[in-house]
Amino acid sequence: MSEETTRYLVTLVVNGVVREAAVPARRLLSDFLRHDLGLTGTHVGCEHGVCGACTVLLDGEPVRSCLTFAVTVDGHEVTTVEGLAGDNELSPVQRAFTECHGLQCGFCTPGFLCAVTAFLRDNPAPTEEEALEAVSGNLCRCTGYQNIIKAVHRAAEIQAETQGRPEDRGGRA
Amino acid sequence: MKPPPFAYHAPVSVDEALAALAETGPHGKVLAGGQSLIPLLNMRLAAPSHLVDINRIGELDTIAARPGGVRVGALARHAAVERSAEAAAVLPLLRQALALVAHPVIRNRGTVVGSLVHADPSAEMPAVLALLGGSVRLARLGGEREVAAADFFTGPMESAIGPGELAVSAFFPVPPPRSGTAFREVARRHGDYAVAGMAALVTLDEDLRIAAARVACVSVGPAPVVIDLSDACGRRPAASVSWDAVAAAVRDGIDPDGDIHATAEYRRHLTGVLAVRALKDAARNAGTEAVDE
Repeated sequence: MSEETTRYLVTLVVNGVVREAAVPARRLLSDFLRHDLGLTGTHVGCEHGVCGACTVLLDGEPVRSCLTFAVTVDGHEVTTVEGLAGDNELSPVQRAFTECHGLQCGFCTPGFLCAVTAFLRDNPAPTEEEALEAVSGNLCRCTGYQNIIKAVHRAAEIQAETQGRPEDRGGRA
Repeated sequence: MKPPPFAYHAPVSVDEALAALAETGPHGKVLAGGQSLIPLLNMRLAAPSHLVDINRIGELDTIAARPGGVRVGALARHAAVERSAEAAAVLPLLRQALALVAHPVIRNRGTVVGSLVHADPSAEMPAVLALLGGSVRLARLGGEREVAAADFFTGPMESAIGPGELAVSAFFPVPPPRSGTAFREVARRHGDYAVAGMAALVTLDEDLRIAAARVACVSVGPAPVVIDLSDACGRRPAASVSWDAVAAAVRDGIDPDGDIHATAEYRRHLTGVLAVRALKDAARNAGTEAVDE
């Protein structure tokens, strides 16, 4: 059988739900999420790891889904932007981006939201420098970044205010 | 921007991986973190017909910090090595350099050994291995060899690894007592490959004079360029070294190329400036690290 016709059954827990599809080995995780699972919240920009739009959480850690093969992460857990919010409520990071106008066209936003969610989980009260470093791997061509940085700090505030209400904590990670 | 088709191998042990690599020979390529390989595949700059994915081989996900050095397994991610308090305690240079490797998200996936095998002359970790005189352990079906850094980096994106071989670990030796290290670089954007930069090592004598000094420069040659600057520093305390002469020795020791990011002359100048800063940092760290012994 040629390389291309060989398909691998890939099973992931995506946003808490077991999802599977049979795909060629070369299927990128980004395309697996978008094309095979229909989760188009994860955006694809540069496809070589520079822009950060495709960032998702793999076992809780942010990774570039365009630089990961779906078959490699068979059996693992993935959280996409669709999985960040609670049932009827935005996550603290999503609320902060809305409040601070941390987005305009929204193309880069899913990547920022995933990266910042994991960052604030590990560092709930970041300095200015730490916040800059945290988003340095994500490109935005609209906002000029100032409001994104504000949103990171605002998200930290919201998270601190809502501590003790676990349903409001960012992400499933 | 999609990878070309390939036959996929998913070994769960080193033995299985070596068997797959032996079978595929020159057509086989190892996939570890994929942060360099997958961009090359997406841009169709590489099209190996077989990929041997080592991500399921738990025995390669190791970081062993010993008094003599740190051995990093092929599946240890940059982020894990950067976070390792044990590794940072014996060899602060690992953390100093890793903080400059791409972005945090890339470091979550990329591996230290993968970066060494990729052998990008602009990358930080090859310079660290070259500076410390470390080595890479290459396994093949029925044997293994340990290749010194000086012999491992053979050209831009080229290393001594042969068909059928798997880099299973790298060893970063701890420098002598009263040593300090630093990493300095300049990149056009945060997280980019450096226009120029280096890892620096300074060893002080008992009177806190510089007994040995060297740097390993990135982005100025086909492989990391190691320059011994012990003579240029003279046996003096850092405060009375003739740093202009040290910068000149560095500029004379490299032969950089110009490209879209920087002219050769600018790179040469920058490398001299950064070397002085890195060596001063390293000398300062040698003083403070000596206290811990």
